[in-house]
Amino acid sequence: MTTQHDIGIRVNGVLQHRRVEPRTTLVDFLRDELGLTGTHVGCEHGVCGACTVMLDDQPVRSCCMFAVQADELSVTTVEGLAPERGQLSKIQDAFCEKHALQCGYCTPGMLIACQALINRHPHPTEAQVREAISSNLCRCTGYQQIVDAVMHATSPQGQTHG
Amino acid sequence: MKAAPFDYVRVDHLDAALTLLEAHGGDAKLIAGGQSLVPMMAMRLARPALLVDIHRLTDLQGVARYTDGVSTGAGVRQSQMENHGDVIEGLPLVKQALRWVGHQQTRNRGTVGGSLVYADPSAELPLAAMVLDAQIHIQSLAEKRVVSAADFFLGPMFTAVGDAECLTRIDWPVWSGGRVGTAFEETAIRQGDFAMASAACQIQLNAEGQILRLSLGAGGVSGTPLVFGSLTDSMIGKALTSDMAKDLAQAAARLCDPGSDMHAGAAYRTHLVGVLLERVLIQSAQQASLNAL
Repeated sequence: MTTQHDIGIRVNGVLQHRRVEPRTTLVDFLRDELGLTGTHVGCEHGVCGACTVMLDDQPVRSCCMFAVQADELSVTTVEGLAPERGQLSKIQDAFCEKHALQCGYCTPGMLIACQALINRHPHPTEAQVREAISSNLCRCTGYQQIVDAVMHATSPQGQTHG
Repeated sequence: MKAAPFDYVRVDHLDAALTLLEAHGGDAKLIAGGQSLVPMMAMRLARPALLVDIHRLTDLQGVARYTDGVSTGAGVRQSQMENHGDVIEGLPLVKQALRWVGHQQTRNRGTVGGSLVYADPSAELPLAAMVLDAQIHIQSLAEKRVVSAADFFLGPMFTAVGDAECLTRIDWPVWSGGRVGTAFEETAIRQGDFAMASAACQIQLNAEGQILRLSLGAGGVSGTPLVFGSLTDSMIGKALTSDMAKDLAQAAARLCDPGSDMHAGAAYRTHLVGVLLERVLIQSAQQASLNAL
């Protein structure tokens, strides 16, 4: 029996207090404790990227850290990307437009990785996009449409659609 | 793929962490970034009874230039080090190596000290530490000591850091005086995977193109990263030709002792490391000749 810990994590702008077991991973905390099932669980050892979230604005693997480690920090999940409920963010819209998903399993991680890139580089090169998603596995698209979606969302033409 | 139960303590002072390590012996493990430890715990290859979280210890932070090098706290994130001006300017080899460490998403969490102390034989920072002869600071409640990289890596996932000790800082020597060239190469199945083999080189030439200093190393081809001082010492004072680079790389490859796995056999890895070693020798020498001050 291990000691439970009271933690407070700011998730998508809302401070969430919960009591957790130390071995609860951040991704399980998000899904099971907060009901935010947008973040997917894939390999659970840091290979696939499906669980990518932003921790203090940096993309990280939420399966490779315990929720207790994120105490007092802030997390952005795929649910936090859209400006309002029922809407899509520019990059989400571009994913639809460019068919950047099929089964959708990798999509939350891809969106977070791409948004984190765009936050740092509003007009990334194709090489930067490929580097940014290089740690996210997709078995449907062959990646090209995902790259197209980011280029579309960050190019002047894409922005007029957006 | 869930970790076994454990207790967790976050500490604010290094002494508190060292006291816990002392009290729990090998049952307690330090965690900073967790990018090696958490997957090992998920696969139950590691089952610590207590995790001591040191990620907020200011003692383990900071990157600072000193006269002959750059000192990094063990808790500095790999992505922080990669983008630090002193590293880009003084430690181009480390900068090149960091590009190959996992992915941006793992470098945002993974620490410099964590990578060294987990000592995966194919990891990039341990190889860079060997090539540059980094000086590694280790502390327990009883003593502080400094170990050079050559005495630090003892075997796969096995270093000089004892159960009651914490790696605190790493001093990375900077080669001054100009005409320094560096190169880092590796081959992996996919970008970010464990290297099948890697090679790193740092070289300094004089105005006539003769070798003043040379350090050459290889990773993923032995239980620890290797450097080839016995071979490179005899190169001092000579100008590197492509034939010499080939001979040196082949001689170094013969000193490697790679294992076999489903991706590549030992013979293939030996061939591969020879190719990579030759490449880093040529690339670094070319770069050095262009880097005259």
